[in-house]
Amino acid sequence: MRVLMFGWEFPPHIAGGLGTACYGMTQGLARNDVEVIFVMPKASGDEDESFVKVVNASDIEATYCDSSIEGADDIMRKISFIHIDSNMVPYISPEEWATYREGYERTGKKFWERKGDSWTQRYTFSGKYGANIMEEVARYAVVAAEVAKQLEGQFDVIHAHDWLTYFAGIAAKRVSGKPLVVHMHATSFDRSSSDNIDTRVYEIERAGMAAADMVIAVSNLTRNIVIDKYHIEPEKVVAVHNAVQFAENDNPVPERGVKDKIVTFLGRITFQKGPDYFIEAAAKVLARVPNVRFVMAGSGDMMNHCIRRVAQLGIADRFHFTGFLKGDDVQKMFQLSDVYIMPSVSEPFGISPLEAMRSNVPTIISHQSGVAEVLDYAIKVNYWDVDAMADAIYGLISYPALAKMFQEKGMEEVNNLKWFNAAVKIKDVYQQAIDKCNK
Amino acid sequence: MKTVCFYFQVHQPWRLKTYRFFQMGNDHNYLDDFTNRAIMQKVARECYLPMNALLLNLINEHKGAVRCTFSITGSAVEQFKAYAPEVLESFKRLAETGCVEFLAETYSHSLSSLYSVEDFKQEVKLHTQMLKDEFGVKPTAFRNTELIYSDDIAKAVQGLGFKTMLAEGARHILGWKSPNFVYTDGVENKLRLLLRNYKLSDDIAFRFSNEGWPEWPLTADKFAQWVASETGDVVNLFMDYETFGEHQKASTGIFDFVKALPQALLNAGVEFATVSEAAKKLQPVAVLHCPYAMSWADEERDVTAWLGNDLQNEAFRKLYSLSPKVKKAKNKDFEFVWHFMQNSDHFYYMATKWFSDGDVHSYFNPYDSAYEAFINYMNVLADFEIELDKL
Repeated sequence: MRVLMFGWEFPPHIAGGLGTACYGMTQGLARNDVEVIFVMPKASGDEDESFVKVVNASDIEATYCDSSIEGADDIMRKISFIHIDSNMVPYISPEEWATYREGYERTGKKFWERKGDSWTQRYTFSGKYGANIMEEVARYAVVAAEVAKQLEGQFDVIHAHDWLTYFAGIAAKRVSGKPLVVHMHATSFDRSSSDNIDTRVYEIERAGMAAADMVIAVSNLTRNIVIDKYHIEPEKVVAVHNAVQFAENDNPVPERGVKDKIVTFLGRITFQKGPDYFIEAAAKVLARVPNVRFVMAGSGDMMNHCIRRVAQLGIADRFHFTGFLKGDDVQKMFQLSDVYIMPSVSEPFGISPLEAMRSNVPTIISHQSGVAEVLDYAIKVNYWDVDAMADAIYGLISYPALAKMFQEKGMEEVNNLKWFNAAVKIKDVYQQAIDKCNK
Repeated sequence: MKTVCFYFQVHQPWRLKTYRFFQMGNDHNYLDDFTNRAIMQKVARECYLPMNALLLNLINEHKGAVRCTFSITGSAVEQFKAYAPEVLESFKRLAETGCVEFLAETYSHSLSSLYSVEDFKQEVKLHTQMLKDEFGVKPTAFRNTELIYSDDIAKAVQGLGFKTMLAEGARHILGWKSPNFVYTDGVENKLRLLLRNYKLSDDIAFRFSNEGWPEWPLTADKFAQWVASETGDVVNLFMDYETFGEHQKASTGIFDFVKALPQALLNAGVEFATVSEAAKKLQPVAVLHCPYAMSWADEERDVTAWLGNDLQNEAFRKLYSLSPKVKKAKNKDFEFVWHFMQNSDHFYYMATKWFSDGDVHSYFNPYDSAYEAFINYMNVLADFEIELDKL
């Protein structure tokens, strides 16, 4: 089986957990005899390609030809569903569009008809989550159509990760006629506070899932949101829990500078991750136990708010911020920790507790996370229950027997969560999509 | 006869290097040696050395008629010794003329006066000792960090035996009164106060090179006329010494201005005096009450540039909570760290008021944000505490 996969990031260049998940997943699929062509904007060239072929979307030249050769209108039709803001089709840049548009109005000559020569435009993607992301999503779709056309006959199914790539997936499906599987790693409802969602993103997610033959959700928690809030037919939605793919860790255990116990939060410092509940719990623990330090590793839009809160509570000498951690530093942080905590308000899956457990760190997770569905040896609390959270932290740092049990059993448990097994389920979903399409 | 009183502040903070959580417990060198050296040597080259040479010439030329006052922090002297010993030598040459007064202040350019009398007194005593060791002088007048002044601080300063203290001629304290007279403190009425004439001081310190200023270019004769025509007994021109050659570059003509100014002032019938000389010869005209701390910084002339938000207050509290441990340690290395951690500049970097005075703040700030400054400072402080606890 061969799959054309659309992602937005891939290790080592990652802004979030999506890249890490894609990495493990493609490896698991490869072991299940599934070939993967991974399309991503701006591949940097140093991705691990031993089991996945990375196609850099920026390297694909989207071809626009004279109508006599292939028909500009034909291409216009193939991508005509991309309506982000209106004049998005075939998108160059607003300035260039304006120039061509003026020319068209003056001469009546369509700008895409160019003296019989094919006119190619190479798109450069920034590949980062940024302000012009909507524009990139649309441009990615244009390129996706081109990729699907060039790779015709080389894949059996299309797999698109998260809303950023859904238009790309739809475009590829329209061009190739192959079935589409979309993968919900997160929903708009996880990214923002309750109902205050980005409706543009919601619409893209809904459109992607509606157009897809099958939908994969990373947990039952996410599957329920997909069914309840996006109104997707339940029989089309399958929950496949993420696994965790560990790189061989040959780093020496870092020298521990401080004797105190270290309790770590590691992730984006955003509303979704519940950083403020961690701070309140930390203050409660510090009021009772002196020999403990708290670390908030990562960055995000709530970071300054968190720093202020820590200062207000007067615990800044025992509550440290590291900023965004990259590469080895993440592993180092886990190795230095005595307790890992993920107090997410809404976490579709949440892979970081598994990484912590793998580093022998007892873990506290919120009930509001997908990973809580697969773990037994982690302490589970409600994200808002800072008293329970403080209790759990206190227990793990004060009672060595408890910590030891979570370390040993947790390691065992996490080692059984293999991408190979998850990939079997994903492959099964591919088969269902193909069967559905052939009917 | 009108008196003019020049006082120059000389200070360089010890700048911290980027200190991450991972270094905590392992790395106890907190300073950014490269930046500290580079800045000190640049300022020495552009300001301290040429300006000291110029002042020495003027003093010799006018045979004692030209006089001025300096306040040099312990942190600055430490950095002279480490990176530019010739600067310290040139200040000693000035001290030898007898026409230059040295003020007492806090050793570390610290905010200790706002924390406790005990920490404050210790800082001042240390600075006084330094003046004796380096320049062989015993100070009689006091200036607090950033001219921070309040009734309580005045009381503590008087308790230390000083006769004169400097303060800002802040409008919200003076009201209709003029800064050009000598006042006394509001508690015991024993401390004589000299107040900064911020208008004329800032004409040199901030506006000198501003071509959009209607009075630009400022000439020595014009400025001397302004000083002579001020009402009152004494015009106090207090400013950072780095004004000359650093904030106002040599290319603005600032050194030529300074060179011509003494003769212009003398011609206009203005007499030079050091701070203590002016306070001694002039009678105080009124009592000045100042229940809340004021300073010479920012539009507000208060202490919110250093202690104006939660971050600053937290760092300040946590710093001084270590004071008993440092005293107990009695260890030179720890005291060195203890002093530079008190530099008020660290707190200034954590300011989040970025309106009218944002320009001035960002000019002096090595960090991208107040939050970064806070995190870095607290990381260093945490390691310092860990080390203190090991003793």
